[in-house]
Order: sequence, then C-alpha cells, then structure tokens
Amino acid sequence: MFFLETVISGLLAGVMYALVALGFVLIFKASGVFNFAQGVMALFAGLTLVGLMTGTIPITHLTNDALAMPGWLAIIATIAIMMVLAFAIERLILRHLVNQEHIILFMSTLGLAYVLEGAGDILWGSDVKVLDLGLPQGASDWLLDNWGLYVEKIELVAALTAGILVAVLAVFFQKTRIGRALRAVADDHQAALSVGISLRTIWVIVWSVAGVVALVAGVMWGSKSGIQFSLSLIALKALPVLILGGFESIPGAIVGGLIIGVGEKLAEVYGGPIIGGAIENWFAYMLALAFLLFRPQGLFGEKIIERV
Amino acid sequence: MNAKTKTSKKAASAPKDANGSGAAQKTARDVLLSVEHVSLSFGGVKAIRDVSFDIRKSEIRAIIGPNGAGKTSMLNVINGFYHPQEGTITYKGEKRSQMRPHDAASHGIARTFQNVALFRGMSTLDNIMTGRSLKMGKPIWWQVLHYGPARQEELKNREFVEHIIDFLEIEAIRRTPVGRLPYGLQKRVELGRALAMEPELLLLDEPMAGMNLEEKEDMSRFIIDVNEQFGTTIALIEHDMGVVMDLSDRVAVLDYGQLIADGTPAQVQKNQDVIDAYLGVAH
Repeated sequence: MFFLETVISGLLAGVMYALVALGFVLIFKASGVFNFAQGVMALFAGLTLVGLMTGTIPITHLTNDALAMPGWLAIIATIAIMMVLAFAIERLILRHLVNQEHIILFMSTLGLAYVLEGAGDILWGSDVKVLDLGLPQGASDWLLDNWGLYVEKIELVAALTAGILVAVLAVFFQKTRIGRALRAVADDHQAALSVGISLRTIWVIVWSVAGVVALVAGVMWGSKSGIQFSLSLIALKALPVLILGGFESIPGAIVGGLIIGVGEKLAEVYGGPIIGGAIENWFAYMLALAFLLFRPQGLFGEKIIERV
Repeated sequence: MNAKTKTSKKAASAPKDANGSGAAQKTARDVLLSVEHVSLSFGGVKAIRDVSFDIRKSEIRAIIGPNGAGKTSMLNVINGFYHPQEGTITYKGEKRSQMRPHDAASHGIARTFQNVALFRGMSTLDNIMTGRSLKMGKPIWWQVLHYGPARQEELKNREFVEHIIDFLEIEAIRRTPVGRLPYGLQKRVELGRALAMEPELLLLDEPMAGMNLEEKEDMSRFIIDVNEQFGTTIALIEHDMGVVMDLSDRVAVLDYGQLIADGTPAQVQKNQDVIDAYLGVAH
C-alpha cells in the first residue's frame, strides 16, 4: 500500500513536470527553438493571475480590493496577456532572428527568461503569493476511506487538467488546418512558405498556446506551493523529462514526466536510506544522462537516420 | 501503363508540331508572368545577370542550362524566396520589384523543390492538405473544437484532395508518412501538394531528377495532363533533354546567370551558344 502511494504521488508530481515539458515541446516542434523561458513564462502567468485576482496595482505592489477580479475573469485576462506577450516575442525577437542558428535563438530565450523574471518582479513584487482559485485542497477523503490511499485533491485536478489539455492539443495538432500548418512549419520552413503558410502567424499561435500551457502549469504548481520565483527552476526539471520523452513528442513529454516523477519518488523512498537521501534532487538528471548514452533521441523522438 | 503514356504524350505533342508550337504563337497579351532585366547576386557572386523572359498563359515553359546556371535562383526569384537587386517581375499585369512568398502563394504560384521538400513526419494526405491552407480560413476556435463550420470546410477540402490523390494514382500511400516513401513517389506527393493550391502558375524544379525511365514517363504524363486538363501554366527546370524537348512549348536557356537562348525546342536545339554551353568550347 505504501508502495502504491509512493507511485501515485510520483505519477502526480510527474504530471506537473509534464505540464512544463509540454510547453517546451510545442515551441520546439513548431520553430526548433528550445525555449529556456518556458518556466519563467509559467511564473509570469501565475504572478499575473494572482495580481489580477487580488487587485494589485502593477509596479506599486499596492492592492486595491475594488480592482480585484473574479477568478474566471482573471484567467481570461491572463490568457489575453500571454497572447499579447507571444505577439511581442514574435515582433521583437523571432522576426529578427529568422534563419539564424538554433543556438542564437536559444540564447535569445535565455535573455527573454531574465527579462520576464525581472518584469514579473517589477510589476507584481517578489514575495511568495498565495493562489486561491478555489481548487480543492487537502486529501481526497473518498480514496482515503475506501482504499486507504493518501492523495492530494489538487494533484488529481492537475492530472485531470493535463489529460484534457493533451487531448485538446492532440486533436488540434492532428485534425485542423492550423495544426497541420504548425507541423508543416516544424518540418520545413521553405516548403511551408511555398504553400502560403505564414511563419509569423504560426509563431504567434505557438507561443500563445505555450503561454496558455504555462498558465496552466503556473496555476497547478502555484495552487500546490504558492507562486514563488523558484517556480522558474522547475524548468530545469523539465529538461530531463524532454531528454527522456524526445523533444518533439507530446506523448513523450507526458510519459517522460511520469517516469521521472515516479522514478525519483521511488529512488528517494527506497534508495534514500541506503546512500543517504536527497536522491530526488539529482535522480532525474542521472536518468537523463543514461538515456543520452543509450537512446539519445528519447523514447518517442524521431530517430535521425542520415543517408550517406 | 507504358503504352498509355506514349499515346498521351503523342497526342499532346502532335497538334503543337502541326502548328509550329501552338502556345508560342499566343500573343503578348497572354503573358502571365514576365521578368525584365533581373539581376541577383549573393555578395560577389552574380547568380543571375540581366535576364528577361516571359511565361505565357497555359504554356509549358522549360528553363534549362548547365549546373549553376541560375535556374533554381530564377524560380526562387519568381516565388519570392530571393529578392533580386535589379529588375522587375510582372505577374498578372502587376509590376513589382520583388515577390514575397506569401503573396506568390496567395496569387496562385505553386512550386516543387529540387531536393524534395515534403513535411516528412506527416502522411501523404496531410502533406497534400497543407496545400489547401490558403483555401481554408475558418476561425481558430471552431478548429480547436473540430466542429461546425471548420468541420464542413475540412470535409470539403478533403474531397478536393482525394481527387488529386486519384489523379496522381497514389491512393495506396494515402496514410503513409512521406519520409518512408521511395523518392519517385515523394516527388509525386510534392506535385500533389502544389496542385492542391489550384495554381495558375506551377513551378517545377527538376521534377524528374533521380527517376528511372518508367517514373519519368509517369511524371511527364502527369505534367501534360495538368497542363491540358486544368490549363495550368507550367514552368519547369529539367536536365533530361528528351523530356524537355517533348514536353515544352518554349525553352529558355541560362548559362552563367545569363539568358543565352529563348525559343521553341527546335530553335534552341540548333542554337550554337546552347551547344557550346552544354558541350564546352575551346577558347
């Protein structure tokens, strides 16, 4: 029973990792850009959401209850802000870096991460914020009573949300015109241009979707442990998730997240006493390293075969 | 299949021979696209030097020349990938100094690439469906829901794409990821994607490169059929002289970025500059 509880708690932590990894995958698929700022985007979205809900006046950090928005309105407003941000990123950064090396695009997202983090600090303040969207808190009584399992409700909500999000994204990517255009742009810029697909529109859409995914991740992490600046560090945990799952695979991001979540919990609980604990902190990276040695394209990545 | 190919080719070229190349007699009024005094250079390398020629409605126009003559650069200028430093491009009566890829596509210019540029991870069907991008414009929220108008639109365009698949005889590979297809079929799928755009001007960059005889005959037949059934204007780059002479109404010859000959296949074949360019000449 204890084993099962460990696995479940690992799975649910994995869902959280997967949510962040998902944002990475979306942008990487469509533009080949490894967006280092994805974690900070989750933080920024969370900060903005809390700020709007508590009626915080940007920059002054004073709250005014009269300005406080109800949760649903604040979510819509935050989504709108993330879309504006996506538009600005395309206009100010990506447009000027078309056809540049991947490493240059990556460096630009590194810069973006710092700008966003600073902007979040200036606008909303750097203190830890409580995000109360009215999501259920505490353990699920039903599971505790009937199965004797201790599972946090918020984690179940996160798992459910992630499931819905992935289903919607899968349909969107596979079945719609824009989804096809996204995949087309990911495969071949020139060919996509030749059939009249606009790279700029696609990039704005991709970054908007990644912004929304970041918001969901921010809300889930924030509801669990408050909106704090260490949130941007979960981006680092998403890296091994991506190496496991493959950078271009949405199912890969999910499965990779789950494996890492479960793996590190199990390693901590069963391996910890043997070699002295704190395994949770490095387990993911060791696993990623092992994958890099034996299966560099990840579980679901496309194997790169070069014809010589 | 061979016999059918032969006859359809004969049928296609017979009237042209009789009239001394039908399309060549069309007047200047029928010009679909013309480039005038176009020059393009990359740093110090002059890829195209002061080239002028035109493409008339409904003709098959070949652009030939030795390797590095600037043929592909010319196509890239026409569909807006390259922006020439000098000269003008007049398309459908509208004069401009450069094309933009999106404008070119939305005004009916489709193309294929020398090194097949398909979306490798996607199926044949999805690849050809991307060619319908500009014909579909239902808002994103309907698409996310995959319902209502977006679904109608999807089905309508899917039907169109199925016609193209039938036309190109690639029903069997509809669901296959194109990365797994043999080269000849990939070229065919790429043609399908271009056709899905319902182009007025179709640019084909070496549609038969790397194909065996049978595949070449099939491809020739498709090109002729597209030209005759849909009246699509075609500009093609090809190295196989037999194919070029059979298919095209007029031929433009480039060498070192310059236009060295322009005329009917028969005229070009006899041109001394062309012979020199291909065989080399002692200086």
